[in-house]
Amino acid sequence: MNSLYYRHWVAFNTLLTREVRRFIRIWPQTLLPPAITMTLYFIIFGNLMGSRIGEMGGFSYIDYITPGIIMMSVINNAYSNVASSFYSAKFQNHIEELLVAPIPNYLILAGYVAGGIARGLCVGLIVTLVSLFFTDISIQHIFVTISMVVLSAIMFALGGFINGIYANSFDQISIIPTFILTPLTYLGGVFFSITLLPEFWQNVSLFNPIIYMVNAFRYGMLGTSDIAIEVAFSIIIACIIALTTFALHLLNKGTGIRN
Amino acid sequence: MNALSINNLSKTYSNGFVALKRIDLTVKQGDFFALLGPNGAGKSTTIGIITSLVTKSSGDVQVFDINIEKNPEQAKSLLGLVPQEFNFNGFEQVKHILVAQAGFYGLAKKEAEPRADELLHQLGLWDKRHSTARSLSGGMKRRLMIARALVHRPKLLILDEPTAGVDIELRRSMWAFLQKINEQGTTIILTTHYLEEAENLCRNIAIIDKGLIVENTDMKSLLNRLDKETFVLDLASALPADFKLANFTIQQLDDTTLEVDLQRDDNLNHLFSALTEQHIEVRSMKNKANRLEELFLNLVEKSEATL
Repeated sequence: MNSLYYRHWVAFNTLLTREVRRFIRIWPQTLLPPAITMTLYFIIFGNLMGSRIGEMGGFSYIDYITPGIIMMSVINNAYSNVASSFYSAKFQNHIEELLVAPIPNYLILAGYVAGGIARGLCVGLIVTLVSLFFTDISIQHIFVTISMVVLSAIMFALGGFINGIYANSFDQISIIPTFILTPLTYLGGVFFSITLLPEFWQNVSLFNPIIYMVNAFRYGMLGTSDIAIEVAFSIIIACIIALTTFALHLLNKGTGIRN
Repeated sequence: MNALSINNLSKTYSNGFVALKRIDLTVKQGDFFALLGPNGAGKSTTIGIITSLVTKSSGDVQVFDINIEKNPEQAKSLLGLVPQEFNFNGFEQVKHILVAQAGFYGLAKKEAEPRADELLHQLGLWDKRHSTARSLSGGMKRRLMIARALVHRPKLLILDEPTAGVDIELRRSMWAFLQKINEQGTTIILTTHYLEEAENLCRNIAIIDKGLIVENTDMKSLLNRLDKETFVLDLASALPADFKLANFTIQQLDDTTLEVDLQRDDNLNHLFSALTEQHIEVRSMKNKANRLEELFLNLVEKSEATL
């Protein structure tokens, strides 16, 4: 018989493959829309309006917003992939395929989160390729860029998983992205530097985790940030630990999935 | 060795409904076991607890002497479940569903694919291997669920109403398949509403009602408890107006149909002798109701009277 580690690896790989196959199968719903939306962002905010806005943080406006737009598409897609896939599994009851199988809960979580990361990075890559039609991309700090995009995808995939656990209808998996995620993203420094805000709102912005992701990612690409990089990494890692612990607690308790 | 041992198992749902009341149950290795009961009796809750889909309130469950709570992964790897409701992703291809399920049990693609192919052939799904699951007919979906439950070669297969909504021809081919895998060593627990199915397939039986096991015995002894059987006789010609049959309780349904109650200490030879003496020719004969069905109703009614 195969060793326990090998069986766990196969189970994880199977779940990840299934998740990747799912978002590729429905590519007109998962991969195409962000490419179109972000193209419009580049045309409208970058080219048309950006030329009138002028420089921001010492860069042309389109260069300044490119990292934020890439990051925005990564976190949105990492989140919605896990939330919709996990909720659909609950809705169609095929979550039971996993619950009856000898897979520990942490591997179920890891499989879904890895699926979310895969879609987030895939969409991030597509948006990066689209951005090349509008601007030249240079990366100043490759490690910061890659690690921050992966950590952000992990964090939002975990958020999507928790949303999927609690959701009892398809409406409930769109409420959080619409009413929380989108406002936080738009206020998270994608299109502006938080130094433009009055001091009070600058301090309020520091409670928005997306500020840290966007700024650290922008630092990786452009070498400029409104936030100290060490602080950004510490906060994102702390959020990941907290969300992982909470998601595992919910899975172990069987919330939303076991009677 | 017991394939399944349940001790003092209780389940109370969060809304206060008591589904199981300290039940005990054992199923021997290699058995073909029927778990019967009316709707809401506790069958699916019991199956749910064994397969980790439902959390128990108290008690103990062991699968081949492995405690499902202490060693869940080891216990789960020995179990296969065919649930009552279709629970696969309808958008996935049939073969992908089987290979993925094997993967969840730790079987890599190179082992999983031949096993999936073997089951697709055995269960008549080979031509549909690249179809999405939702495009299958009801009977094919049932067979897909059986194939999925068997893909990792479980030692204990639990089937929760596997033939519900399946036509008689397909039901009989599924019976033959299940009998074959049971003969090859797989222990099977079956819940069904078709009591004929349980009578034909199972060697031992438990009847559960309102969260209690009201009967747990072997099929033969249970059927021996039947006090009487009712037969319906189709006669070759109309009965004479003064027809009587001493020692038998009869009911004439129409000119050529007769219903006869046969007590346990009586036999069919006496009945036919009596009919032959009166020059009555019988064209065909059938049981009025399934024997197990009569016993099942008696037991459930009795348990309702004592509650």
